[in-house]
Amino acid sequence: MRFEFIAVNFPYFVSVALLLVGLYAMIVRKNLIKKIMGLNIFSTSVLFFLIAAGYKEGGAPPIRVPGIEVYVNPLPHALVLTGIVVALALTTFALALVIKIYKEYGTIDSDKL
Amino acid sequence: MDHAPILVVIAPFVGAYLIPLLGLWKEKLCYPVATVAALLSAFFSFWLTASVLELGTIRYYVGGWEPPWGIELVVDPLSAFMCLTISLVSLFAVIYSKNYIGRELPGGKTTSYYTLILLLIGGMLGAVVTGDLFNLFVLTEIFSVAAYALVCIGRKRGSLIASYRYLILASIGTSLILLGTGYLYVVTGTLNMADLAARLPALYDSWVVIGAMAFLVVGFGIKTALFPLHTWLPDAHSIAPAPISVILSALVIKVGAYSIIRVLFSIFGVEFITGPIPIASVLTWVAAVGILMGSLFAISQTDIKRMLAYSSVAHIGYVVMGVGLAMEIGMTGGILHIFNHALAKGCLFFCAGAVIYQTGIRSIDDFRGLGSKMPVTMAAFTLAAASMVGIPPTAGFMSKLYLALGTLEAGAWVFLIVILVGSFLTAVFYLRVVNLIYFGESRVKSQESRVGVGDSRLQTPDSRLFREVPLTMLIPIIILALGCTLFGIFVFIPLSVVEPAVKLLLGN
Repeated sequence: MRFEFIAVNFPYFVSVALLLVGLYAMIVRKNLIKKIMGLNIFSTSVLFFLIAAGYKEGGAPPIRVPGIEVYVNPLPHALVLTGIVVALALTTFALALVIKIYKEYGTIDSDKL
Repeated sequence: MDHAPILVVIAPFVGAYLIPLLGLWKEKLCYPVATVAALLSAFFSFWLTASVLELGTIRYYVGGWEPPWGIELVVDPLSAFMCLTISLVSLFAVIYSKNYIGRELPGGKTTSYYTLILLLIGGMLGAVVTGDLFNLFVLTEIFSVAAYALVCIGRKRGSLIASYRYLILASIGTSLILLGTGYLYVVTGTLNMADLAARLPALYDSWVVIGAMAFLVVGFGIKTALFPLHTWLPDAHSIAPAPISVILSALVIKVGAYSIIRVLFSIFGVEFITGPIPIASVLTWVAAVGILMGSLFAISQTDIKRMLAYSSVAHIGYVVMGVGLAMEIGMTGGILHIFNHALAKGCLFFCAGAVIYQTGIRSIDDFRGLGSKMPVTMAAFTLAAASMVGIPPTAGFMSKLYLALGTLEAGAWVFLIVILVGSFLTAVFYLRVVNLIYFGESRVKSQESRVGVGDSRLQTPDSRLFREVPLTMLIPIIILALGCTLFGIFVFIPLSVVEPAVKLLLGN
């Protein structure tokens, strides 16, 4: 029973683990770029959660075809796509910022700034 | 004009798309286009407010798709009130930008400045009119990214790091918002706010719902700079160019507060947040601590803009406290304070910007004797400071009065004491500045002192010696300062929108 619970909900455990890894990197790491990597892992974990929530065992892609009754839920995919775009914009801007910081201060170590 | 709910958002966005193109051709065109875009959304906001007050809540289906499939825009009195506040203050910020940005930014940067400021305005307006939780997340992210970029556009020393810190902290916030949204979607199968509100009461016992609420409140709490989550605010707000400081301090954190109100009252419902999970009273306590700590930090500042930034931490506390009381009079005070604080803090940051523009002075100590050099700006500063402290008959007094009555209505004496002590502390640091402005001995040997008192040139208002800022900067300052007084005396004008909003939120 316990094992089954873990097996069924495995994606959610992975998502929580990724979330914690990302948060850890953002708080503990001194390197500004590693913090951004942490941010990416963090937001990916949320996207992963959404995808896992939309998945149905044995579901077909959400395109109506005669004879198929079970589809996976397409809405989380739309959300995740939007989320990816948002995360991309954010990452691009953050990395540009780090380049500027490096040019001005000569370091990307948050302790030395 | 059936399309007013979307036009109010589209106007700044269209401007934001036009400006980069026009900027390639003629950089001078950016400013008028940005002003027209801001003016248009202010016009649509007025239209929207008038029709909401007349007809009740407006529902608009974007692209004609009905709610479960498409995105719905819902304009109720609270949204209309926020629209009006945002579009008016940001219109003034855009007008103010002309001279200020011309001096602060190197040539070629103005194009991106006006593009970003319009994206910021459009994002905020979108966030307050949307009726879809995921759409709220997307628009929050749009205006946040614009805000990160605008913080560091001035290339002052330290601005890059302030922007980076803001980005990292606020991104944790937005990710948590998305996670909370995902949780709610998993248990209810919908993202529409009205649908969520209808389906959630059956699920009040679910741990998922409680978790979703926690994520959403913490996420928006970071955006709002609610006390323990405020650490990004002082650097970002004080280092940004003055018009951006105004938008950040007067509007961006208020949109966060609006989102908290929307999520707690319109989605989760009053019974849930006061009953099984007393998040409302938690917020009130957090806000109380925020009011006191924000004011104490502000007292110890020597930089004028940092002082104003910490004061925002305290004043967002008043807003959240009123909301947390979850009763009619207290909430009226809290929501009214969104508007009153936007006017007063906008005016104060404009004045600080004007002083920096003319003299480069940032340190409070150097404000000595400025009252005779920039009389209009300093008079406006004093009026706005009086409104922040809450001296009658200013606008700040009215919202604090409602808050105080609200605490009595809720029977929470502690919070009444917090409001009084908070106002006293606010008085300490604002009156110190006002005292220096008018009664401090000017340190710098100025031109005026060398000219004889009997010199007729001193009496003429257009005398160059008075060194007031250009009109594009002075007019926003004067209008906001007058607003601080007028909306205190004629408090029924903002109340005519706030009262139906509160009634709707509390569900009676």
